[in-house]
Amino acid sequence: MWIAVITIAAIALVAGIALSYASSRLPSNNEDLVEQVNELLPQTQCAQCGYPGCRPFAAAIVDGSAAINLCPPGGEETVRRLANLLGREIIPLAASVNPSVAVIDETLCIGCTHCRKACPVDAIVGAHQLMHTVIESECTGCELCVAPCPVDCISMRPLM
Amino acid sequence: MTAPTYDLGTLHGGLRLTANKSASTAKPIFDIPVPAQLVLPITQHVGDPAHPVVGIGERVLKGQLIAEQDGTFGAPVHASSSGKIVAIEPWPVSRRFGDNAPCIVIECDGEDRHIERAEIAPEFTQLPPEVLLAQIMHGGIVGLGGAVFPTAQKLMQARTCEIEYLIINGVECEPYISCDDVLMRERAVEIISGAQILMHALQIDICFVVVESDKPEALHELGSVLGAVADERITLKQVPTIYPSGGEDQLVQLVTNREVPSGGLPTDVGCLVQNVGTAAAVHDWVIDHEPLISRVTTVTGDGVASPMNVRARIGTTVADIVNFTGGYTDRAQQLIIGGLMTGKSVTSDRVPIVKATNCVLVISEAPSPGPELPCIRCGECASVCPVQLLPQQLFWYACADDEKKMRDFGLIDCIECGCCDLVCPSHIPLTFDFRMAKGRIRELADEKARAVRARQRFEARNERLEREQAERDAELAQQKETARTAGPAAIAEILKRKRQQSEDDE
Repeated sequence: MWIAVITIAAIALVAGIALSYASSRLPSNNEDLVEQVNELLPQTQCAQCGYPGCRPFAAAIVDGSAAINLCPPGGEETVRRLANLLGREIIPLAASVNPSVAVIDETLCIGCTHCRKACPVDAIVGAHQLMHTVIESECTGCELCVAPCPVDCISMRPLM
Repeated sequence: MTAPTYDLGTLHGGLRLTANKSASTAKPIFDIPVPAQLVLPITQHVGDPAHPVVGIGERVLKGQLIAEQDGTFGAPVHASSSGKIVAIEPWPVSRRFGDNAPCIVIECDGEDRHIERAEIAPEFTQLPPEVLLAQIMHGGIVGLGGAVFPTAQKLMQARTCEIEYLIINGVECEPYISCDDVLMRERAVEIISGAQILMHALQIDICFVVVESDKPEALHELGSVLGAVADERITLKQVPTIYPSGGEDQLVQLVTNREVPSGGLPTDVGCLVQNVGTAAAVHDWVIDHEPLISRVTTVTGDGVASPMNVRARIGTTVADIVNFTGGYTDRAQQLIIGGLMTGKSVTSDRVPIVKATNCVLVISEAPSPGPELPCIRCGECASVCPVQLLPQQLFWYACADDEKKMRDFGLIDCIECGCCDLVCPSHIPLTFDFRMAKGRIRELADEKARAVRARQRFEARNERLEREQAERDAELAQQKETARTAGPAAIAEILKRKRQQSEDDE
């Protein structure tokens, strides 16, 4: 009986050492998980979650510092999918937004380029001191261009 | 000439339905006169909407181009009669999604003056296939079987594949609709001529003209025309009357015993299918230079006084057509554009006839199957499904909104024929649910594509910002290095110049 106990204990010890070595030396697959979470996010890069883009938010979700209900453009659907992926509880959305696109009132635009620089997906075109415009098909509706405008000529138009 | 029924593939499932066609096939095709007003939607085809090239107030002639093809995928629209453009505005139309579409409204002058016909082109057999295809593209011709896929683009896609057979589809399997039947009876010559043009455009040598066994008159007409033309390449085939054997993939399976792969096209198995109406339209354009400005439509049901097939100008409203054929009866309660199985119910008869409209059905009331009950998993639906899907499983996953499972079980391949609805003992509107679920899947795919694109642009922007920053840093380092090696005298020189510059600016 003692032989069996010692054998099992030895196997457990060897396996334990091997596993602890592997977990400390081999790269963790957190990166993969962050990537998977990032895939589920709507990529609006709007920072409404409080992180500077979708990927940082994904990283925060994975390391547990962010809740999964902070993405307004993603809606309930994204919460549901994140909960499924990560095995967490489905929780109500913290805040919701309606899908919309930015529209520049071209008669008021002074061509300061502030909005162009703020746009995370390069969806605003226009040269210095010339009128700017939004490429509607590329606009993610993140609202990041609204605040920098010195003449308040940008408004959000709901899509539905 | 008799058409053999042997040598056919087998179709899974399907149903024998009450045809209800004899009322409308008894009379010859009736030509609807020029109405007071024509309403021509700019989206009568699959693809990008056409772009109007006429302005309000402009006079147009019959056959004149009024909206040109926009983008690589679409079809132009021509004026169906002469008159004045009075509006370009949203108008109620019958289509799957949405109820209004931008339409060009023509107030007809009644003269029906034709635009100067193009110079008679050389015999089509003299033209290279590419030239012929380009010509077909300008005729505004789309698949008249109901899918309204631009014909020229379908042919061009087929040219990139190995095509063996051209199949001319005269299988009109849906109840009530008989426009193809009467077209084959009255215009068999044009249909065969159109088939020859299509064969030349595709450079293929085998063509099957396929007709259902319940259309002996059409078979006889086509047979005698084929006998007169004596074109060895064209064979007439007869198929049994089973709904929905007229579906493109189902017809390919029946005629060639080849199965179109999931998510694939008939061209993947070397076949190209064109409707008989499309073949006739190709003849009208290539030989007679008449673009697609009219079509044969069945006006039937117990809600119209005199069921018949009519040739109407595209853009004639349903109200006008029903008036010209004798008006509604007291029993008229519901208006369906298209057939009983796949058509769409509309609430107003102001909708115009478009290129896709094969039937105007006015019936006393929708056949109500009864209240919806829970699925008892009897499997009847699976045994009639012509695509061999498992509707009961799909229904299960559609209720759960499980997109992945719906994909796995082949929802994308559902042809929405409605057979499963008819046999369901629990009266579950399966086809309706599947249509919704397909829309939802499409929506999700669009969302995903948008997200991927936004991410690419975001990453490209970050990369660019980093690169610009690195360039600036490098330049600064370079300047510092220059300053260090040049010594104090040079720095004093630079400072002086800078000061001068800023004073100039002020």
